Amino acid sequence: MVSDFLLHAALAGIGVAIVAAPLGCFVVWRRMAYFGDTMAHSALLGAAAAIAFDIDATLGVFTISVLVALALLALERRGGLATDTLLGLLSHSALAVGLVVMGMMTGIRLDLFGYLFGDILAVDGRDLALIWGGGAVILGLLAYIWRPLLAATVAPDVAAAEGMNPARQRLIFMLLLAGVIAIAMKIVGILLITALLIIPAAAARRIAHGPEAMAAIAAGIGGLAVVGGLAAAVQADTPAGPTIVVAALVLFLVGLLPWAKLRPGKEAEHG
Amino acid sequence: MDAEAPKPDFAHAPAPGSALFRARGVGVRRGGDWLIRGIDLTIDPGEIVTLIGPNGSGKSTTAKVVLGLIRPDAGKIERAAKVRVGYVPQRLSIDETLPFSVKRLMTMTGPAPEADIRAALARVGIGHLADAAVQRLSGGEFQRALMARAILRKPDLLVLDEPVQGVDFAGEVALYELIRDIRNELGCAILLISHDLHFVMAETDRVLCLNQHVCCAGTPQSVAADPEYRRLFGPRAVEALAVYQHHHDHAHGPHGEVIPLRAGGDPDAHSHGDGAVCHAHHEHDHDHGPHHHDPDLPDDPAGATDGQ
Repeated sequence: MVSDFLLHAALAGIGVAIVAAPLGCFVVWRRMAYFGDTMAHSALLGAAAAIAFDIDATLGVFTISVLVALALLALERRGGLATDTLLGLLSHSALAVGLVVMGMMTGIRLDLFGYLFGDILAVDGRDLALIWGGGAVILGLLAYIWRPLLAATVAPDVAAAEGMNPARQRLIFMLLLAGVIAIAMKIVGILLITALLIIPAAAARRIAHGPEAMAAIAAGIGGLAVVGGLAAAVQADTPAGPTIVVAALVLFLVGLLPWAKLRPGKEAEHG
Repeated sequence: MDAEAPKPDFAHAPAPGSALFRARGVGVRRGGDWLIRGIDLTIDPGEIVTLIGPNGSGKSTTAKVVLGLIRPDAGKIERAAKVRVGYVPQRLSIDETLPFSVKRLMTMTGPAPEADIRAALARVGIGHLADAAVQRLSGGEFQRALMARAILRKPDLLVLDEPVQGVDFAGEVALYELIRDIRNELGCAILLISHDLHFVMAETDRVLCLNQHVCCAGTPQSVAADPEYRRLFGPRAVEALAVYQHHHDHAHGPHGEVIPLRAGGDPDAHSHGDGAVCHAHHEHDHDHGPHHHDPDLPDDPAGATDGQ
């Protein structure tokens, strides 16, 4: 029975890692790391709103993340401030407002640490169903828009000129990102979600020779980080979410080793 | 962001006279200033239209109106229904973090059979680079890859925004030859934007000389003789417009090797007259010079077009 909650935790973490990996690749390719961070930070406000309005936490997080992303697009279109300034403004404002709102909810017992850094060991069957079900929907939609989204990432003008709709792809991508944030919050917490998106993708870059391969390898690395991080957390009695991120970092660093030099052939130029 | 501009509501009916694209009095305004104004432009099937003009004259803006990327603030646009467009942008920088091979670039906006991809790459002379990462290509190779991608779509209209920038002069000549050959093979119309005010492909059917408005238009020869053209481009225009024409006594293989053409060997070989009007600064030693698109020698070490 002792391994039951560990099994739940591992399944949940692996599920989130598999969904986060391909989206994380797009975050890296589109240089949207800070954008993802901003959406993730707004998740705390979403969780607070969910409690205040007594709705499902995942739904609250998803909704607020989408609203913040739309607000960013609107501000961007209005002009006047650089995008990174707007991102910094929204990111930290959303986090601060979320903390203030949480602080005002005196009557309720809140696990703030859990929101910020995740509570993977408390995953239950309902969470698992949400992660795998929601994850399947997100991955299905991503597969459906894969080519146009990739084209919109590589060359939006060319995609638009040749009959695609990059603005729509971007909007769908943002919705999918909000979905991942909503299901990943319980695993690594809002402060570390971006790490789960980006680190496996970055680690996969040096190995992969195509976009799909990079997404698949990132998923594998993410899953490995979850299992390794969980095991280490149980062993060393450290917080699980941060330990998973540390495990991902270790995998990334291992990937930086000059492997190419060990292999003969054309890869040597990368070393 | 251009891509965010709402799509112009083109009249999706075959334009009168079956033109692929027709603009009347088109203007684009940004922040109170007109980037272009009063542009009349017609592109008929199979013709080559070249836009020239100084920096900031609105060449790319005009091209983006044609492509539907910018909705004009004034004027009227008609385009024929189901015009298949191929677009080679002026600048395209593909992020280093994206593992993207030349072959993947080919199918970016639509699938294509492997054989067609190989053929398109071979056609532009970079068949050996199919599996290379796009970030590793030289400027000239990348331009050719983009061109292969566009022709793979078998477009009705090919829009080339400064296709020869970042390419040395010998490479430039080779690219112009390639563009001519592509037009002859595909029968597509080509809208060519040129950064070079003094040099226009001989096969150009119409030149539009832009400076926010169309200051003169017509055949290359008539534009060269136009006083507006000379007025706009100042002292250097005394040299007038050089129209690139030369004898084709050879072709180039995929690796840049020279293949001699005999009479009748290439239907195109004798279609150009002897009226070469190349000027002194455009003359080139085409027959004896080093191969100008040797794939092993990057012809653009600065990598200006692929953003390395």
